[in-house]
Amino acid sequence: MITFTFYLVAIILIVAAIGVITVKNPVHAALFLILAFFSSAAIWLLLQAEFLAITLVLVYVGAVMVLFLFVLMMLDVNVAPLREGFVRHFPLSIFVGGLIFVEMILVLGSWHQAVPPETLTTVPNIELLGEVLYTYYVYPFEIAAVILLVAMIAAMALTMRPHTRAKYQNPAQQVTVRREDCVRLVKMPSETKD
Amino acid sequence: MPGLHEFLMLGAVLFCLSITGIFLNRKNLLILLMCIELMLLSVNMNFIAFSYFNADIVGQIFVFFILTVAAAESAIGLAIVVVLFRNKNTINVNDLDTLKG
Repeated sequence: MITFTFYLVAIILIVAAIGVITVKNPVHAALFLILAFFSSAAIWLLLQAEFLAITLVLVYVGAVMVLFLFVLMMLDVNVAPLREGFVRHFPLSIFVGGLIFVEMILVLGSWHQAVPPETLTTVPNIELLGEVLYTYYVYPFEIAAVILLVAMIAAMALTMRPHTRAKYQNPAQQVTVRREDCVRLVKMPSETKD
Repeated sequence: MPGLHEFLMLGAVLFCLSITGIFLNRKNLLILLMCIELMLLSVNMNFIAFSYFNADIVGQIFVFFILTVAAAESAIGLAIVVVLFRNKNTINVNDLDTLKG
């Protein structure tokens, strides 16, 4: 049953990956990529990596791919010029991809086949992961947090542009203001009430 | 249960497909970013397969960090694409030749 599930999900994953690289519309490519992420989350579940499978769905499908779709729909991209050379580069790309694949197969084929471990642990995956992550890898964990913070600030700083119509205070100008610039004393005779 | 070879083979197929995708869609910046995501996914697949078959949790820790860095990378990449589109009104890689490389 697990073998059947593996092959079914693997075929879906490969078809989705082929869809990502060949479809005309980038929005469809993003949707195929979501399918690919879901399928690989299923395969990771087969490998008992529950936490990472859930993280893949939550973070990638829930955040990164939504960001992708937002950007795709925000940009008014004319797809036709981006597709030119697709047919022309097709044989070369198949050749290079196939060559790399053959090399990998040759390396893998010369290996002994590993057997799945018999002893299945009863400790939950997330507990195992947490025990290692918060002891041996606590500094890399914090660096990862800093990387995310820097990425967040960088993304905002890159895309933010000053609002031209908004009214805002300039403190430097405010503190250097002089009395002579804004107050004018006028001498005039006092008026009488008639 | 399929053996380690099947999982590694799947990772290899995914990796080669994403390299092919980079060759095919070399004009479209957004599809290039998607192909990079796919490539990282295949690498993660290898890590998790090795982690399972060697009964070592550290492979999953590494995948965790790869996921973090990949999320940061795609966020910044998309921000750069948005700024690029705003300034030059194109995301065609052929038109981005300001540096005369």
